Amino acid sequence: MEFKFDKSNFEAEVLKSDKPVLVDFYADWCGPCQSMGPMIQELASQYDGRIKIGKVNVDENQELAIQYGVMTIPNFKFFKGGQVVDSTIGVTSKEEMEQRIENVL
Amino acid sequence: MRDFIIIGSGPAGITAGIYAARARLDAVILEKAYVSGGQIMNTYEVDNYPGLPGISGMDLAKAFRGHAEKAGVEIQQAEVKGIEVLPDRKIVHTSKGDLETKTVLIATGAGHRKLGIPGEQELTGRGVSYCATCDGNFFRNRTTAVIGGGNVAVEDAIFLSRLCQKVYLVHRRDELRAEKILQESLFDQDNVEIVWNAVPEEIQEENGVAAHLLVKEKTTGQSRTLDVNGVFVAVGIVPDSQAFQGVVDMDEAGYIRAGEDGRTSVPGIYAAGDVRTKALRQIINGAGDGANAVNSCQKDLATGSWK
Repeated sequence: MEFKFDKSNFEAEVLKSDKPVLVDFYADWCGPCQSMGPMIQELASQYDGRIKIGKVNVDENQELAIQYGVMTIPNFKFFKGGQVVDSTIGVTSKEEMEQRIENVL
Repeated sequence: MRDFIIIGSGPAGITAGIYAARARLDAVILEKAYVSGGQIMNTYEVDNYPGLPGISGMDLAKAFRGHAEKAGVEIQQAEVKGIEVLPDRKIVHTSKGDLETKTVLIATGAGHRKLGIPGEQELTGRGVSYCATCDGNFFRNRTTAVIGGGNVAVEDAIFLSRLCQKVYLVHRRDELRAEKILQESLFDQDNVEIVWNAVPEEIQEENGVAAHLLVKEKTTGQSRTLDVNGVFVAVGIVPDSQAFQGVVDMDEAGYIRAGEDGRTSVPGIYAAGDVRTKALRQIINGAGDGANAVNSCQKDLATGSWK
């Protein structure tokens, strides 16, 4: 299942998560984000229980975007133990996303 | 074995899909992304497509795909890795396995061209962007530069001028290539400064993000430093044709050689849209290419000259 993160649950769900977390920073008006959306959803069910995958809407959560230096979207950040351990930007193939997920598991 | 495999679901691929469905061809569209549309997904406003003034690129892309689905064409998510040409069929290698077909349409379109200057790659995502509609909001009330002089560059500069405190448009010539109506709208923006005859040389960082764009003014030979928070690159496109190198003839830039009928150097392989050699690359003639390719394909299937 895909999560929805925002400033109110980010600390509990992402930073203090016992599993690694993949955060998809996106916006509704961003074409490439729309194009990545269904893949991220697919990955969320594929890796259910092993990694937490969820979205942050940068329009509604500008503080989080600024805090994590998001200046381009789509922007994918991998968190482990409250730290960003990997990140990638832009349209990315499913094979690459799977590889990056496997690396943080 | 399929009659017709369409690679790509931008305006050319979608139109070909609609025409193929109506011609009752056994066809499928393969799209590497999870949504359709190609480059128009990044267009804020499409204002030159008949009947739909002011529609957003995203809405147009959705309408295109919806039309193809309604016409009954199958669309699959798969990335094409190559085409193998055999005497009696073609094999399309994809990320999800091989598919056999009589004919193939390459409608893979194009992606954005890079500047190839120091700092560009390193600062991509940290101030350097290729999509103003995506990233413009991160530069609200700040200073940005757009590089280029075509429609996309001018559209980007207009879009950004509504968000940013100041926008530079850096162009290597002394006039813009963009449509006049776009130029007029650009010249109306008080916070846009056009830097004419200027070639970008380097993007420099400060504290890990883009901070300075160095340009050389061609007429004077002098360098100038523009203090900016963001650099938006819109210097044209490169065809998405790498997977077909060595299969069909291409020009030096990688565009697939084909006339208006879409026929390439290989019988039964067609090219349509931005990936084809042509003078103007717009949504309207991309769609036109798709229709033409299906017409050629039907004729070749009927006469057997697709082999």
